[in-house]
Amino acid sequence: MHMPLEDTLGLNLLAANQHQAEHNRAHFDAWSLLCLNVMSSPGAGKTSLLEHTITALASDLEMAVLEGDMTTQLDAQRLEAVGVPVIPITTGRACHLDAAMVSGGLSLLQQRLDPASLDVLWVENVGNLVCPAEFEVGEHRKVALLSVTEGDDKPLKYPVMFREADCVLITKTDLLPYLPVDLQRFEAHIREVNPRCTVLPVSATSGDGLEAWYRWVLSSCAALRADPSPCVLVPA
Amino acid sequence: MHEVDMTKCLLLSMNEWRTRHEPAVPTVDTVHLQVGAFTCVEPDQLVFTWQAAVRGSWLDGARLKIEPVPLVGRCVVCSSTYAPSAEQGYRSPCCEHPMEEIESGRELRIRSVDYTLTSTPLTVASAS
Ligand SMILES: Nc1nc2c(ncn2[C@@H]2O[C@H](COP(=O)(O)OP(=O)(O)OP(=O)(O)O)[C@@H](O)[C@H]2O)c(=O)[nH]1
Ligand SMILES: [Mg+2]
Ligand SMILES: [Zn+2]
Ligand SMILES: [Zn+2]
Repeated sequence: MHMPLEDTLGLNLLAANQHQAEHNRAHFDAWSLLCLNVMSSPGAGKTSLLEHTITALASDLEMAVLEGDMTTQLDAQRLEAVGVPVIPITTGRACHLDAAMVSGGLSLLQQRLDPASLDVLWVENVGNLVCPAEFEVGEHRKVALLSVTEGDDKPLKYPVMFREADCVLITKTDLLPYLPVDLQRFEAHIREVNPRCTVLPVSATSGDGLEAWYRWVLSSCAALRADPSPCVLVPA
Repeated sequence: MHEVDMTKCLLLSMNEWRTRHEPAVPTVDTVHLQVGAFTCVEPDQLVFTWQAAVRGSWLDGARLKIEPVPLVGRCVVCSSTYAPSAEQGYRSPCCEHPMEEIESGRELRIRSVDYTLTSTPLTVASAS
């Protein structure tokens, strides 16, 4: 007998990824480890920002990095050089990290240290403004970078990434004098797609704005310690 | 090529669904998806990659039907709904307010699956 059946699922297309992300997140919460997912287009300054941030906060926080530079070890080497454990996640040519890859990275990290001894786990995602926004890895916060050389229209063209971010960093502000762009317009366009996020202009080169960014990281850590109860991830 | 990864995820989610019917194996006719306009997914691309991905798998021959869901915002000042556009900076036309609430358009949802169930996979094999 072939009975035509219909199952109403209402299941997220990314449900399988979502389940793994929730699993990762449960580990982070158990370790009271803040996981920050750092995303941007290629070359917007993720690794440079992490080099500065890790150096500046080394005396306050224990940190490690999961590095999603798929094709080379270059970024991992740069970050090892500033003195933190770095786990390169090799995934072939995937254009984003997903929760399973991060889970694999966590297993490798656990072979080197006890994650409960860490305060912050940085995830440097693959340079791409499109799909990393849709793939949760279990992070507590999403950080998106937009460099001033990319143009102020990018939040409108890639709205999902900027909508999902908790903090948007406008990077390379030292280059503003040489460009026909206006910082206010960057901020305005980010706010149009995401009125609630934190927007911080920074320059890794000059150091401008980095103090405010460090405060954001420290206060995110403090918020996690104050409320370690696992927050439920809300599937889209 | 973001749709390739999306398709992989969809297949994983479908595998999860399949295990609910064990030991029977469902024969899937159509998978109905809702895809919001405010996502990273291009419906045509997804159908294309789906057809290639299911070939030779237990989902071989299954169709993917996509219902596009438009982006609808809700103005938090006056509660009316509107169609946000990038050109208007996603603001509400009524109160010129930024897009705080999204009513719909973020969907990436497997809405339903049309399928038939044969009692056990072994009987199917010997009957044919
Ligand atoms: N002028 C200027 N250049 C910067 C700044 N931050 C980074 N750069 C430069 O931008 C280039 C890319 O920086 P990275 O930090 O490697 O960028 P990324 O986002 O990690 O790049 P991928 O991982 O390859 O996507 C490098 O040449 C950096 O020196 C900045 O604040 N000002
Ligand atoms: Mg990098
Ligand atoms: Zn992609
Ligand atoms: Zn209104």
